[in-house]
Amino acid sequence: MVKVFERPKALADVPTHYCPGCTHGIIHRLIAEVIDELGIVDKTIGVAPVGCAVLAYNYFTCDMQQAAHGRAPAVATGIKRVCPDSAVFTYQGDGDLASIGCAEIVHAAARSEQITTIFVNNGIYGMTGGQMAPTTLPGDKTTTSPYGRDTSKQGFPIRISEMLATLDGPAYIARVSVHNVANIVRARKAIKKAFEYQLAGKGFTLVEILSTCPTNWGFTPIEALNKVKSEMLPYFPLGEIKDIEAGEKK
Amino acid sequence: MGERILMKGNEAIGEAAIKAGCRFFFGYPITPQNELPEYMSRRMPQVDGTFVQAESEIAAINMVYGAAGAGARAMTSSSSPGISLKQEGISYIAGAELPAVIVNIVRGGPGLGGIQPGQGDYFQSVKGGGHGDYRLIVLAPANLQEAVDLVTEAFDLADYYRNPVLILGDGLLGQMMEPVEFKATKLRELPAKEWATNGLRNHGGKTNIINSLVLDPHGLEEHNIRLQEKYARIVEAEQKAEIVDCDDAELAIVAYGSTARIAKTAVTQLRQEGLKVGLIRPISLWPFPVKDFEKVIPTVKSFLTVEMSAGQMVEDVRLTVNGRKPVYFYGRMGGIVPAPEEIAAQVREILGGAK
Repeated sequence: MVKVFERPKALADVPTHYCPGCTHGIIHRLIAEVIDELGIVDKTIGVAPVGCAVLAYNYFTCDMQQAAHGRAPAVATGIKRVCPDSAVFTYQGDGDLASIGCAEIVHAAARSEQITTIFVNNGIYGMTGGQMAPTTLPGDKTTTSPYGRDTSKQGFPIRISEMLATLDGPAYIARVSVHNVANIVRARKAIKKAFEYQLAGKGFTLVEILSTCPTNWGFTPIEALNKVKSEMLPYFPLGEIKDIEAGEKK
Repeated sequence: MGERILMKGNEAIGEAAIKAGCRFFFGYPITPQNELPEYMSRRMPQVDGTFVQAESEIAAINMVYGAAGAGARAMTSSSSPGISLKQEGISYIAGAELPAVIVNIVRGGPGLGGIQPGQGDYFQSVKGGGHGDYRLIVLAPANLQEAVDLVTEAFDLADYYRNPVLILGDGLLGQMMEPVEFKATKLRELPAKEWATNGLRNHGGKTNIINSLVLDPHGLEEHNIRLQEKYARIVEAEQKAEIVDCDDAELAIVAYGSTARIAKTAVTQLRQEGLKVGLIRPISLWPFPVKDFEKVIPTVKSFLTVEMSAGQMVEDVRLTVNGRKPVYFYGRMGGIVPAPEEIAAQVREILGGAK
């Protein structure tokens, strides 16, 4: 009998703590599949953030470090400088990366650190109970924007990928989504490209992945996927925002 | 006897780190420690090492976390306001039990304070600084040769105990020049870093995790108990102090770092006047050298603690002496360095004038 589907070796065989309908599980699996496919589990070091994915170190079978809130790109910098032949990735949410860790991600990108950042954007602080994030959409209700995000008082969402793409440092920046199968396939391709660019020494790579938080959004899993499609995509358009090889391909 | 080289304090500390095998330095500019990252930016490329000027002190200490976690000897340096910014990372490094060396070339505070020498960071250094129950090994050199020797030892202590070590200098030590000798000394047998996250291929395929999160309260208490047991071993084994002229002393001055060498001059002056005065110079501020105090407490009649602060170490002196003898205090603040004559005047007053 031929096995056509199995758990990636880079993913540990343990129960998940993520909520039903949360897309962290899909994203973890995509990263693990890419690590397997590239055959790099024995030389990959991941950095877990603070937030729902703080326990990511329990789910990947490669070496892992857990970083302080927002500091994963600095921690990854330290690791990669010591282990230049390794693959180093950070896994960060929007509160971690786009708020408290803004300086760290901007400068890791500007230095073109040879790391891959997986930026999981669900527009909310999940772990702490649903507070407003830098990427919360205008008008969205959270526990710290109970009347809806008022842009005159609480500002506008940050489009991190577009912002970082203005820098010379990054080699590859893409925004993808995992709200349906076609987009999951595209997300996997983007993650693989980012790791390949890192391994080839092309520079800093980041894949922003639009994600869900049914629990804190107060939605069913299906409603949450629909919100990604109908509300997040217009504000956070998908695509390869920067690719230093794109010019040569054309 | 090796070659003696005239060097500036900050640069001597940098060279000592390189001689100790440190190849990863993460820095950020702040006076009066700038010569240290500047020196490392010149020297690291010459020894195939890495210097990164981080975007902030916060990033620098987290780069140290990553590099130390990957198994390297890593270092960062700063001065008081910058060390405050590093406290988050220092707490994580202590919690995750990573070996690292941090240098604080202290200036006067609080806030932005000034850029002249100070000792107002004692509490921050030895009582925690960051959040949670953790300890740093804190070493306070009083001259540049000692600074060089202590940096060497700091890396060994860090590796041996898997604990961050703080070199507590001050603007005076950082900026002064003295001849130093880099001695090739092997201090202790160090365990292999089998815990390092440098890829499964480097440690037999088992997943290594560097982490300070323990959500289960029983697990976290166990982790804390284990840390406290380690700290108890350090307290037992790593106390360090210099005792000068205390055998017949009626009064012992207590001072560390730059202040101690000034106090030493005062002791010499006072001895010439016939006053029986000695000096206890804590070299390890944590662990506090209680054993050395116990040698002196039975025979001296009083203690005078001198600091470039409003009185911080004096609290540990009082805890150690524990009411058995009077403990006096004299301090200057704001970057003012006390003169030997000022200290001598305090001693004369306590002893009731020159004999």
